[in-house]
Amino acid sequence: MSTEINQTTYNYKVVRQFAIMTVVWGIVGMAAGVFIAAQLVWPQLNFDTAWLSFGRIRPLHTNAVIFAFGGSALFSTSLYVVQRTCQARLISDTLASFVFWGWQAVIVAAIITLPMGLTSSKEYAELEWPIDILLAIVWISYAVLFFGTITKRKTRHIYVANWFFGGFILTVAILHIGNSLVVPVTLTKSYSIYAGTVDAMMQWWYGHNAVGFFLTAGFLGIMYYFVPKQAERPVYSYRLSIVHFWALISLYVWAGAHHLHYSALPDWAQSTGMVMSLILLAPSWGGMINGMMTLSGAWHKLRTDPILRFLVVSLSFYGMSTFEGPMMSIKTVNALSHNTDWTIGHVHSGALGWVAMISIGATYHLIPKLFGIAEMYSTRMINVHFWLATAGTVLYIAAMWVNGIMQGLMWRAVNTDGTLTYSFVESLEASHYGYLVRFVGGAIFLSGMFVMALNVWLTVKQRDAKALDSVPAAA
Amino acid sequence: MDINTLRGLSTILVMIVFLGICWWAYDGQKKKDFDEAANLPFDDDEIAERTMSETEREKND
Repeated sequence: MSTEINQTTYNYKVVRQFAIMTVVWGIVGMAAGVFIAAQLVWPQLNFDTAWLSFGRIRPLHTNAVIFAFGGSALFSTSLYVVQRTCQARLISDTLASFVFWGWQAVIVAAIITLPMGLTSSKEYAELEWPIDILLAIVWISYAVLFFGTITKRKTRHIYVANWFFGGFILTVAILHIGNSLVVPVTLTKSYSIYAGTVDAMMQWWYGHNAVGFFLTAGFLGIMYYFVPKQAERPVYSYRLSIVHFWALISLYVWAGAHHLHYSALPDWAQSTGMVMSLILLAPSWGGMINGMMTLSGAWHKLRTDPILRFLVVSLSFYGMSTFEGPMMSIKTVNALSHNTDWTIGHVHSGALGWVAMISIGATYHLIPKLFGIAEMYSTRMINVHFWLATAGTVLYIAAMWVNGIMQGLMWRAVNTDGTLTYSFVESLEASHYGYLVRFVGGAIFLSGMFVMALNVWLTVKQRDAKALDSVPAAA
Repeated sequence: MDINTLRGLSTILVMIVFLGICWWAYDGQKKKDFDEAANLPFDDDEIAERTMSETEREKND
């Protein structure tokens, strides 16, 4: 028994691959975002070319940042955490390779087809059916890899981070397959099997749970491993983490209807979506507090450790956007915010502040460990990145708040005779400066990613140098 | 049975399940188990080190 345990090693190859691609796809996806942000300031940047137009690059941006950047971060961290907390190697190195290359193939297919205008027109699920099928196969392989590794664990408990990763993997499989059911007409064109309001409800059941499971439960898995690890103390309350898990996963699936307020969706369904979204505040903040309090007694580490700073600030943004979300789901608030830039601001306070920052923090923690080096090449560069990311996020979301509330107020303003005070174009003109600030904020955030790429490259190069150093000793 | 009675009952059922989870999680006897679980991230340095030394060896072979 003991000899068997002593021979265990981890599969770090797939974790390394995904960790590096997290940085690469982060730059690609965010650059696409900055480009379309610039188009909204200077519309001529679409160069009158269909495949450079906003409508085609925008889904490329969302798919690249969510599934390529966020997805790679989730794959690398989940496959790392499941091995380390189960003290077992992944069940199959071949399957791990397949998951990596399969996922990259899906991303490349997306980068080709979306600018071509091939889309199912479902938000965050734009990919056409052949790519959807490939994605489903890769995802199921990932599930087999993850849960298979859990079944051969050497530890008695399944660590809480794995519960979150497991919930995320299982639910995303159901969401993706459920929402992507289509009748194919040609290789590049299909029609959803759902129609009308039911189609809309399916779409936002999927869409909101892409947020709730892909962008929340999965990243909470990251939080439950990397915050304790970086702070060098166990999570504040393991009991709270259990209640947090069950409350969060059982509530999130009901909240999607808040995307369809004041639509053809029945009123009772809209109200259910709103109430469930409001209740969601409780587990969301429970989880945030659990992560934050893990630092109690170790707050001084924030002064010297920019990686921990990334992780903790990401939790602050998580708390902020999970307060904002329930508030925006209230129907009267939504009447003001719907279809305005406020929504974009809310999404990015979650996407830049929470998802990107925790992924970046976790990747900075991972890279040295995966390449057998004590720490990243430059801690100062991590610090620079931290401030660029924070400043970029704050500029971005503040610009969108101002724009959004202004647009909402302008659209609803009426004269005494009942006619509209402002035309739509007037609200668009008034949004110009907000768009400029948003572009600047996004560009600052992106510049931080370049600092990260340089730092990662120098760190990895250091490993190669170190390996060369040890050659004479080995020989 | 009226569908609305069923809806009401399901709400109560979910509430009972939630309270059950809280009761289970905060049961005093579980404390030791949970402490053990909470320390899992710190228990495997030996395997991580072995993984790295194997990687180095493969590189130098």
